[in-house]
Amino acid sequence: MRDVGLAEDLAQDALVVALERWPESGVPENPGAWLMATAKYLAIDVLRRNRRLERKHEQLAREMGIQLAMDAADVEAALDDQIGDDVLTLMFMCCHPVLSTDARIALTLRLLGGLTTRDIARAFLVPEPTVAQRIVRAKRTLAAAQVPFEVPRGNELQSRLSSVLEVVYLVFNEGYTATAGEDWMRPALCEEALRLGRILASLAPNEAEVHGLVALMELQAARAAARVSSSGEPVLLLEQDRARWDHLQVRRGLTALERAERQLDDSLAAGSREGTLGAYGLQAAIAACHARASTAAETDWPRIAALYAALARLAPSPVVELNRAVAVAMAFGPGAGLELVDALRSDPSLERYHLLPSVRGDLLAKLGRPAEARAEFERAAGLTQNSRERAVLLRRAAACVTVPRTVAGP
Amino acid sequence: MRFMMFIYPGVKEEADWTPSAEAVAAMSKYNEELTRAGVLLSLDGLHPTSEGARISFEGGKRRITDGPFAETKEVIGGYWMIQARSKEEALEWASRCPVGGDVVLEVRRVFEMSDFPPELQAAGRLSERPPEQTMAE
Repeated sequence: MRDVGLAEDLAQDALVVALERWPESGVPENPGAWLMATAKYLAIDVLRRNRRLERKHEQLAREMGIQLAMDAADVEAALDDQIGDDVLTLMFMCCHPVLSTDARIALTLRLLGGLTTRDIARAFLVPEPTVAQRIVRAKRTLAAAQVPFEVPRGNELQSRLSSVLEVVYLVFNEGYTATAGEDWMRPALCEEALRLGRILASLAPNEAEVHGLVALMELQAARAAARVSSSGEPVLLLEQDRARWDHLQVRRGLTALERAERQLDDSLAAGSREGTLGAYGLQAAIAACHARASTAAETDWPRIAALYAALARLAPSPVVELNRAVAVAMAFGPGAGLELVDALRSDPSLERYHLLPSVRGDLLAKLGRPAEARAEFERAAGLTQNSRERAVLLRRAAACVTVPRTVAGP
Repeated sequence: MRFMMFIYPGVKEEADWTPSAEAVAAMSKYNEELTRAGVLLSLDGLHPTSEGARISFEGGKRRITDGPFAETKEVIGGYWMIQARSKEEALEWASRCPVGGDVVLEVRRVFEMSDFPPELQAAGRLSERPPEQTMAE
């Protein structure tokens, strides 16, 4: 490309990076058409369309002596198959392990999503120049590392794919769990992550974990409207009004999970040893248990406990273990749960984690040990950063003294 | 944000309600495009109005009128539910629909609960209890 700056105005930086990085032999015959077709595939051109750009189109076409071919159906048709592969390659590039996590997120949102540098800055509560810098540096890093423009193969594919999935889920979580940023950006981040996940699922349909991630995101997003009360307090899963869940999205999530499971069956039949759900698939399966229960009381807790056990084997973490303890308590009684929680008390990584004493307090209260329960709730209240949560915990602590035995077991 | 795209096929005779094989093929390709771009949430096509009915509630009385309905031009043939970043993007997707002739597409934004004023949001909440059970999400 002679004028990269011009092309940069025209399409996405990633596409330009792609063109720059393309090995000589791999450059498409009609780079202009390629740019436009890829932008169209990602539906990002429409956000950038204005008269100034139209003039640049013409200028670029003149300078390069190529046909931009936005309307030339034959060129588009010829490009169709290739573009899908190229979009997948771009995803792998944006999430390349030579880049820092922050850079991967910024690059992915800027280049494959529909977000501007300004949007990203707002979403992550950092100054706009910081994001711009991150993107510039990321492009340089990719160039310096001479990352080839191709979909990774063999063993590399799995590790590179998990990097892509991780970035998509980080974006989703940034939108789903408020840690920073302006509120109005949150749904946009979730939607963008879902969209990237769905694109990925259509580009790599044989990867069960991709469907697992999509399922997880759809099922979690389905609960978004029920997660906050009218007064702005967080409403925990079991208290949520399930009528407010998005049932279309629940259905989409369950369908994606079925796809993940079917894919596993297929690869088992084809002789692969990979026959179990991955970390995203397992979390999706847990979310699906909640989604399938029309009331909290109908939740299949034994199944959830088993799924958490599988998750703990696959990706051991004290937080997963704590959630398993809650599920075990719900399935087999508070005593069984308390045993697991007590085993976690010596874990240094949970020392400042308020949910540990909070869960423990809950189980102790159910076991009729109000004095211990109260101490745990107070400890949890002292650890949480969230004032609303603190108020709830202190209320529960107080309740332990006045009516010690009103909290019923499951 | 979500948008509902309605299609008004504009067919004059109900006998022409079922589209041709070419039209179906073109539409499938379009739907595939929507899917690949991660935009499509759901879609359905509808049987003609002769198989449908309308229910009115005037004066507190339910009255059922069987189809077909007079104004065929104003009959919905189906819908897509899509997720788009803006109305402009939704309109762009709608304008890529491979149709012609008397076909009209209508694009409408779907209400999210957060679009309603607080009192309406509160009215939409059937049950609300204070958080009690500790369960990390």
